[in-house]
Amino acid sequence: MTAREVILARLRAALDTAAPLPVEVPRDYRRDGPADLDRLVDRLTDYRAHVHQVAEAEVADTIAGIVPAAASIVVPPGLPPAWLPPTVTVLPDDDLDNARIAAADAVVTAAAVAIADTGTVVLDGSSDQGRRVLSLLPDLHICVVHTAQVVATVPAALARLTPRRPLTWISGPSATSDIELTRVEGVHGPRTLHVILLP
Amino acid sequence: MTRTFLGMPATAPKGVGQLRGAEPFPAAARRALADAQLRRNLGHATATIRAKSGAVIGEVPDWEQLRAAGSAIKADVLARLPELLEQLEAQVTAAGGVVHWAADANEANAIVVDLVRATGSDRVIKVKSMATQEIGLNEAFESAGIVPVETDLAELIVQLGDDRPSHILVPAIHRNRAEIREIFLRAMPGVDPALTDEPAVLAAAARRFLRQAFLSTPVAVSGANFAVAETGTLAVVESEGNGRMCLTLPETLITVMGVEKVVPAWRDLDVFLQLLPRASTGERMNPYTSMWTGVTPGDGPQEFHLVLLDNGRSAVLADEVGRQALHCIRCSACLNVCPVYERTGGHAYGSVYPGPIGAVLSPQLTGVADNASLPYASSLCGACYDACPVKINIPELLVHLRDQAPHPPGESAVMAAAAYAMDHPALFAAAQRATRLRRLTGRRGQALPPPLSGWTAGRDLPDPPTQTFRQWWASR
Repeated sequence: MTAREVILARLRAALDTAAPLPVEVPRDYRRDGPADLDRLVDRLTDYRAHVHQVAEAEVADTIAGIVPAAASIVVPPGLPPAWLPPTVTVLPDDDLDNARIAAADAVVTAAAVAIADTGTVVLDGSSDQGRRVLSLLPDLHICVVHTAQVVATVPAALARLTPRRPLTWISGPSATSDIELTRVEGVHGPRTLHVILLP
Repeated sequence: MTRTFLGMPATAPKGVGQLRGAEPFPAAARRALADAQLRRNLGHATATIRAKSGAVIGEVPDWEQLRAAGSAIKADVLARLPELLEQLEAQVTAAGGVVHWAADANEANAIVVDLVRATGSDRVIKVKSMATQEIGLNEAFESAGIVPVETDLAELIVQLGDDRPSHILVPAIHRNRAEIREIFLRAMPGVDPALTDEPAVLAAAARRFLRQAFLSTPVAVSGANFAVAETGTLAVVESEGNGRMCLTLPETLITVMGVEKVVPAWRDLDVFLQLLPRASTGERMNPYTSMWTGVTPGDGPQEFHLVLLDNGRSAVLADEVGRQALHCIRCSACLNVCPVYERTGGHAYGSVYPGPIGAVLSPQLTGVADNASLPYASSLCGACYDACPVKINIPELLVHLRDQAPHPPGESAVMAAAAYAMDHPALFAAAQRATRLRRLTGRRGQALPPPLSGWTAGRDLPDPPTQTFRQWWASR
């Protein structure tokens, strides 16, 4: 008997001794609601993300105001070039190695979905978001979100996402509460998160 | 061993893993209670997390609907567990992962050690995982000459301090900042000797210490919070980014999960991704949640192994009442509200699963005889049931398991004597009169003599009334 057969036989025997009744799952929880931008901003700010509400034409200037002059910025292949200020050194991800990504000053990505209730942005690895490592190793992450990508609730976000893609849900910068339950922003992931919210 | 025997529900084996304490709860608890520093640390930490969690749960208008849905989804999972695991296996395999089955801790450890050896690495980075602690995976690595590096800050504190975790979510909850600074100065290679005890400074020291391990270790081990049968998707929730590092950077990822962690459908995450962060860390959403399905070409580990672990879960499933302990999503809300946990801390429970959920889960995983004192590690106040985001009726389970625990040999004799007296009115009246004698003995009379002294070791005997009901009735 393989371990697989043993475990499945054990579980079936366990259920045979006292067969559970079929279960109906009540799903009367909130699925969706109005996507409230003020709430998203409030929740992002509450978890120490910096929020900038600007027009799309102002993205490059906004980024120029966040990063130091001549900063090196990692960029996924499908990011709109117009978002990047001319003052920075762009490192497009043509299979960059981890050391170069880690040494960069910042990374700029788009997002797939944002959740107002929880102050979350979700990346799904599309070409304007790139490989997961891009938004992980640099110490500063700038994430550009369109208003049309904002939903109210977690269920509404899940409904928009594709499970087969690698997903990273980000709610504020990296943090820990492991020492006396005191929240400290910035452990292993980016210690600073800026969200640029476009109309 | 016959095939029939192999296929019957089995408890977790002895001699491996961390489900059994070295001594019974009352003895361990007594020592913990004598540690004033421990009690201060625990009192502060549990009060903080209760307040945070209460505030963010209060923001959710449909919290009770979510709890009801979470409880029902878990009951549905258990009712269909074999078929859901087969579906999960098929989906993970189709997405390029490899699924392994481990009937117990020994099998799981052997599988994981072999997989790490096959990578050629003598070091492995680890994401905090209850399942791998349960099976004693780090000890198995060390025996095999492989160095496990715990990357969660609290787990790192525990590992460097040569200590044991004392809380499901915050394993170093029993340590304060000054103690953590001491541990880092003593045991963290290359640490700045001018380290202060500011939490931000301590966290930065861990960041520097672990960065190189993240970038240079080719294999990681994680647990899983959820596994979706319908899609083959695994999910890990975390805060620090150490999880993302381990799930993204290595070439090989090995995930060990208890079989009960499977959920049927993608939309079931609707419920659990709302319940878990608010009930556990008291956040609207934890900073990072990673989801992956098998292997994604060009992004993250190109080799993925999923180890499905029984280790006593089939035995829990076989108990019609006890099986609800398998609903647990490891949020630790029950620890934070428990008046017993708040005073004794997690070590007194012996197992890696402490607190109220540990008191009902550990004895079932090992068989009640091996953790017989744990079902009594509770005042049955019921706060844990109220706090549980998936509505596990822990008090009901505690009473159920007390029934199964071995009882003191004198107990049935005393009960039989009491039943006989109650059946004979004259004898009963005489016994009632006899209790009044105790009024003459003063405070010393608040304890019973052996063999009944165990009953009064932790409580006073109530004062008998001056008049029995029968005497009062007769005198009207």
